[in-house]
Formats: sequence, structure tokens, C-alpha cells
Amino acid sequence: MATRFSLFRFAIVGAMLALFALTAVPAQAQQPSQVNPTASSVKEDQLLKALGSSGNISGRVTIPDQKAATLIQPEGRTWREFHEVTLRWIGAIAILGMLVLLTAFYLIRGMVRIEKGRSGRTIVRFTAFERSVHWMTATCFIILGLSGLNITFGRPVLLPLIGLEAFSTWSQMAKYAHNFLSFPFTIGVIMMLLMWLAWQIPDGTDVEWIKEGGGLVGDKHPHAKRFNAGQKAIYWIVVFGGGAAAVTGYLLMFPFYATDIAGMQTVQSIHGIVAVLFVAVMLAHIYIGTIGMEGAFESMGTGTVDVNWAKQHHDLWLTEQQAQTGAAPRPSAQPAE
Amino acid sequence: MARMKFLCDADRCIECNACVTACKNEHEVPWGINRRRVVTINDGKPGERSISMACMHCTDAPCAAVCPVNCFYTTADAVVLHSKDLCIGCGYCFYACPFGAPQYPKVGNFGSRGKMDKCTYCAGGPEADNSAAEYAKYGSNRLAEGKLPLCAEMCSTKSLLAGDGEIIAQIYKERVTKRGYGSGAWGWQTAYRETIAS
Repeated sequence: MATRFSLFRFAIVGAMLALFALTAVPAQAQQPSQVNPTASSVKEDQLLKALGSSGNISGRVTIPDQKAATLIQPEGRTWREFHEVTLRWIGAIAILGMLVLLTAFYLIRGMVRIEKGRSGRTIVRFTAFERSVHWMTATCFIILGLSGLNITFGRPVLLPLIGLEAFSTWSQMAKYAHNFLSFPFTIGVIMMLLMWLAWQIPDGTDVEWIKEGGGLVGDKHPHAKRFNAGQKAIYWIVVFGGGAAAVTGYLLMFPFYATDIAGMQTVQSIHGIVAVLFVAVMLAHIYIGTIGMEGAFESMGTGTVDVNWAKQHHDLWLTEQQAQTGAAPRPSAQPAE
Repeated sequence: MARMKFLCDADRCIECNACVTACKNEHEVPWGINRRRVVTINDGKPGERSISMACMHCTDAPCAAVCPVNCFYTTADAVVLHSKDLCIGCGYCFYACPFGAPQYPKVGNFGSRGKMDKCTYCAGGPEADNSAAEYAKYGSNRLAEGKLPLCAEMCSTKSLLAGDGEIIAQIYKERVTKRGYGSGAWGWQTAYRETIAS
């Protein structure tokens, strides 16, 4: 058995050797002929095809700036398309759409009146501290919003009107304002987050409030605590929208500290989309706080609101406040006659 | 008028960085800024190639398209230039540029960026040709003197070609025909939406 097996093994080895010799002969014969130096060279074409629609061609550089090692990054085109077309459409639809909606709403519904008229008695709604935080953040927001919109819409809208030099000077100032005011804005958002958080947790009254259209549509007066569902929504939009804008904004202000070119493009895209939507929502907030509702502005202006306004819009809060201060909740607060 | 282009024959580039040095010296480019650099791909592996890359002076340049203050302009020679007086240093051109050409001097703490700087194809800027103001902002204006970009003129292996697109493409084609291979005109597809058959 053993001998037969070893014979078989010899046969296999022999066959393999023969096969190797056969294949090796032509290879050896080719050796002296011309060597093709580009047999394994890379063509830009192949690399670009291998990339597909994303990624970039990178190599090694001998200069300290390692960003320079990226030879070609075709995704710049995608970002260009976003910046030139997509963001402008999103921004225009969101902001102009909101303005159209608000105008239509104002024409149809008009100013939401204090139905029972002013009582002449007022109640403190926001303390001086709360108001100063609100206005600090609001002032920053308006300047940040305008200077930000200038970057996206200034060139097609404002530049033709004022010319290259004036527009450049204005944009330079706007850029500095945008960068520096981001700090007080962020502080403002954090302070609002902390000082109003206790009243912002959604509950059952909010469900009712939304079902009844917040009293904006129809004549119902849904119950509301200190902040109704709409105000809670604004609060959370400010917290998350402002937070997202701040985080992405700081990543843009510190370019390439935390991310690479693709990351910077993504961050800018998020910052732009969040910002234009934020501006659109804030337009609605400004509307309802000014011409949209009688007696609303004074809550952030003087800090006090008329008792009848509070009764109409924040009845549960008014009852609670009056219980605390000892003032008996009367069925209808009217001026003494 | 000519349509000025750069063409780097990657099969000739030996990564000597003479173009980088020549550029920095000619224009007194500040520290930390490289208008041109040499990138080596597949370093140490089969198919290694070095490519000298700078602003390619694109057709329909992405930097010019995304600039919020419209500081870019294209000369009659199709060279893409910009005005440092208008530039606000926002950094958008760097995000859009396929070749990483725009550079920003560090002017303060953190990420604050100064006016953008990039390859001018040795053609200066909007100021009067070869004026002191032009030199201070953009470096020398060799094109106005009838000379081609110094990087290409200095190239030790004549890998980097600068000049009218059709002429340098012709030179490259002849080289490819003669030596029998060529790895293509790097960046041309991206910059000019065309390539040289090789």
C-alpha cells in the first residue's frame, strides 16, 4: 500500500513540474523585451470612475498643510449646487412662504383682540431679567439672520442695487457681526433654556389647545398655563434650532479644527437649512407678538399684561398667579365703575 | 485670445517641488500659504505618480459661482482672478474648489481668515499691471510682461506645461504618441470638462 501511494505522489509531483516548466518557458522568453512603465500607472479617469459621486483623490504632500494632500475633490460641485440652488430655494420658499401665510392670516383673521377690552389692571408676566435675556437674544438673532441671509441672498438681491465695493464693505462688517454676535446669542439661548424649562414640558392642556386651534382659528379659548403649546413649540425650536445653528456655526468659525473638507461642506449645509427655517419660524413669532395679537407685545415690552388678556390667553396661569398673590379670582375682571 | 491652462504630465513629474519654490519666491507668498503644491498618489506603491497642482483656472469656475461678494473675474486669457479688496475671507471658495486652490492667511486667533490668496497664473490682480499695489497683494504679473507662469518655466523635467490650452494639449499628445503612454491630463475633466485622448 505504502509503495503504491508514494508512486502516485511521484506521478503528481512530476505532472506539476512539467506543467510549471511549460508555463515558465514563454514568461522567460518575454523577459528581455520592453518593459511597459505604465502597466500599473493610474489614470485620473480610472480614479474618478472608482470614486463614483463622492470621495476625493488624495495623496501625500511635503508641506505642513495636510488639506493640500487632497488633489481633486469633485464633491465641491455638489456643495456648489446646494449653495447656489437648493439652499436658495429652501430659503425663499420658507421665508417668503411664511410672509405670504402671515399676510393672508392677517387679512382673514385680523388682529386677535382682547375680547372683553382692557381691564386696566395688569399682572407681571416677564421679569426684567427674563425680558433682557429675550431682547439680547432677539437683537443678536435679527443681526445674525440678516447677515446670514446676506451671504446666501445678498449677491443676487442686494449687490446689484449698491454695487461691488459697498456690498463688500457691508458684507465684511456683516461677517464680523455674524461671528462675534454668535457668542451672546448662544449664551441667550442657553439662558432661555434654563430659565423657562420648567414650563415647557408638554402636557394634556397642550393637546386640547392644539385641538382647538389655539384660539387662533375659531372663537374658542382653550385653556393654557403660563406657556401654551404654540409658545412651547417656539421654545423648543429656539433651543434645538439655536443649538444646531450654534454648534454648526462654531464648526464653521473654526474651520478644519474638527472635520475635513467633506465635513465642512455638510456642516455649512446644515447651518444654512437650519438658519433659513429658523428665520421663517421667528417671523411667525414676531407676527403674533406684535400686529397679530392685541396686548401681546407688552408682555415682553413692559413685562406686564392686562388681566383680561391673561384671562383670555393664559387662564390657568392667571388663576395660579392670583392664588399665589392672594387676589381672589373673580369671574370677570373689569375696571371699577 | 488664448485660453490659458495648466497641464501636468504626471509621467514626467519627479516631485522636485521646484514649481512650489519658484511660485513662493516669485510672488513672495506668505508663510503657511501654498499657491501650488505637489501631491504624490500611490506613494511607494506600483503606479506612483506625482502631480503638481494649483488653481486650474476652471471654465465656469466654482469659486466664482459660490463667492457671496462676487470678487472673482475671468480675464480675456480665461485666467480666473479675484479682488482682495472685495474678498471678505468667508472661505466658501475653498469648499467649492475641486483642487483646494484657495488659501487664507491666518489673521487672528482661532479660525479667523484673511483675504483669500490663490494662484494668479502669474497674472496679478485688478490693480494696474506690475504696480506696487498689485505686487503687494497678488505678486508679480509675468503675463503682462509677455512671460508664462514661472512654475511651468522652472519645471526641471518640463512636466508642468502652461500656455494656450490647444498648444499644450498638442505638445502632450505628441509626447504620448512618441513614448507610447500617458496617464492623462490631470484635472482637465474637472476643470474644463474635457480630456486629452491618450
